[in-house]
Amino acid sequence: MSFDALVEAIIDGVLTGGVYALMAAGLSLIFGVMDIINIAQGAMVVLGAYLSYVLSVHLGIDLFLGLLITVPAMLLLGMFLEWGFMRRLREGDRTSMSILVTYAFAIIIEGFLTLSFGTDYDQLSAPYINSSVHILNFYLPDIYIFGFALAAVVMAGLYVIFFRTKFGRGLRASLQNRTAADLIGINVNRTRMLAVGIGVGVTAAGGMVYGATNAFNPGSGYDLISRLLAIVILGGMGSIGGAMASAVFLLVAADIVAVAWEPTWSILVFYAAIILVLSFRPQGLFGARAARAQ
Amino acid sequence: MSSAAGTDPAAEPGRTPAVTVLPTQRGGWLVAIVALAVAILFPFVEGGAGDEGTMSIAFFVVIYMAAVSAWNIFTGYSGYLALGHAVFFGTGAYTLALAVKDWNVPAGWTTMWLLPLCGVVAGALAIPLGLVALRTRRHVFVVVTIAFFFIFQTLATNLSFTGGTAGIQVVSPPWTYPVYNVNFYYVGLVVVVATLALSWSVRRSRFGLQLMAIRDDEDRARGMGVKTTRVKLAAFVISAVPVGIAGGLFANFQNGVYPQGAFDPLFDLALALMGFIGGIGTLSGPLLGALVLESLQQKFTQIFSNDGLYLIIYGALFLAVLLLLPRGIVPSVAEQIRSWRARRGGRTAEAAAGSGLPKVAR
Repeated sequence: MSFDALVEAIIDGVLTGGVYALMAAGLSLIFGVMDIINIAQGAMVVLGAYLSYVLSVHLGIDLFLGLLITVPAMLLLGMFLEWGFMRRLREGDRTSMSILVTYAFAIIIEGFLTLSFGTDYDQLSAPYINSSVHILNFYLPDIYIFGFALAAVVMAGLYVIFFRTKFGRGLRASLQNRTAADLIGINVNRTRMLAVGIGVGVTAAGGMVYGATNAFNPGSGYDLISRLLAIVILGGMGSIGGAMASAVFLLVAADIVAVAWEPTWSILVFYAAIILVLSFRPQGLFGARAARAQ
Repeated sequence: MSSAAGTDPAAEPGRTPAVTVLPTQRGGWLVAIVALAVAILFPFVEGGAGDEGTMSIAFFVVIYMAAVSAWNIFTGYSGYLALGHAVFFGTGAYTLALAVKDWNVPAGWTTMWLLPLCGVVAGALAIPLGLVALRTRRHVFVVVTIAFFFIFQTLATNLSFTGGTAGIQVVSPPWTYPVYNVNFYYVGLVVVVATLALSWSVRRSRFGLQLMAIRDDEDRARGMGVKTTRVKLAAFVISAVPVGIAGGLFANFQNGVYPQGAFDPLFDLALALMGFIGGIGTLSGPLLGALVLESLQQKFTQIFSNDGLYLIIYGALFLAVLLLLPRGIVPSVAEQIRSWRARRGGRTAEAAAGSGLPKVAR
């Protein structure tokens, strides 16, 4: 392995890490808010990619501009899922049941996408997807740079929403103690519904960048979900910053494995991370909060 | 009322130990014998053996009956949701395919003697996996089992001895068509009966009570001296064995294995769905769930042959069951019968009513 290849793997890993963080943010957020592990996160990313695909192919809307439509659309979808299903799960074994319920979401989303688009692979196209900038010895694809920038902006936006607004304070209060939040006049149900909506809405942005950097079909979500789970688990469930850090860390590690060993094995980095972290440090590497292991 | 829950009745007065739910009640044996007779005679019924398609569906139904019943021994009794049993199914399938290939086993009945080996290999694999996964609790455990599943799918695709994405061929048994399906159906039926016997004896044993005590309250069970890790691991290993056998049988029936077929995420989901529909923690629930769902699924694929529509129906059905019947058909029906008897009066009914309806699911 040459030094250049290593550096390139690291740069690639950092940039794709941003994209993965954007895809994983919703998963982390929904777990933090609802204690729900959203297995449908991968399918939602793919749904976001297809929404952008429809807008750009049939209406000629630019991918980034199209987010102004796809993000609110997915936000509404998220609010509907919370209202229709997630809040109806019993408190006691909510997390385990949520895995089954969201698995069902994933299958239904996959079914609709298969009906509408078939199982052939598609990819988003735009002028900046195939162009790249040349820095020193390396060619950096524009889309990865834009994607990373988008991820940084969205993550910062989420941070502001949750830590600098009244809504965010209400949300954090209802996480800490639902009853007390109720008592001081926070509408916990509405707060949660909006938070899940934001989580799913952000996923639309992740889906667009994913679709611009990967070929996808309705089944691509299964491939994604294990990686996203690994990112969120390593970063600490519910922590947005942790998701960003662990996404970059894991993608760099996977890229180095791919360069040093073989690309087919790089996926094992993610699974190994899941098992090692959950077995020995269930709160995640970056999560300060104690694990809700029970 | 002897289980662990019974030692502390004050804590949850409304709870009836799941042990008393159908079908170990009176009449259970009769129902079981009639069901078995129907299952044995089924190939001779009009539209049975004569119809290749029906017997093929029947074969898949018994495969799933065995797998769900086995999965239920762990998940149903311990309360730990395992979503990675496709690992054992795939391992059994690959064990059979590799054994046939490497040892040049003649096709036909001789191959069937490899099935116990498939179970043993799957069970042996369950020991290290269980040791790691069972360090965690509840929902973390679920995620770890999913991760294991994906690891094995990746391994099956990429290791050299598994034949990559193309998989491994198994020589087809020299049976003509209706006979082919009927033979496989009967072997599958034997596996189902054996798995049920296993599940039944686990349920009646001290070991089964320990498992159910873990399900009800793991910390309290440990406090009362249940060696929780050992008990959970044993159940995990026991439940892996029949799933491995079912996998081997599946590979033999399909004349081969390939990674996506052997390690199928929908298989994990199907086990959970069938278990939940029928009622996990019961004996008959998994059988009923497998019968209803697998025959529906096979029929759907025959009618629609459209992946998308089938997926939507499947997912919607799953959602409906989870939200409307979270405890499954068998426990809900049992509850109905009990309250109906209670209204009519009578000694047993009063006993049942006196202990109240079980409020706690699973």
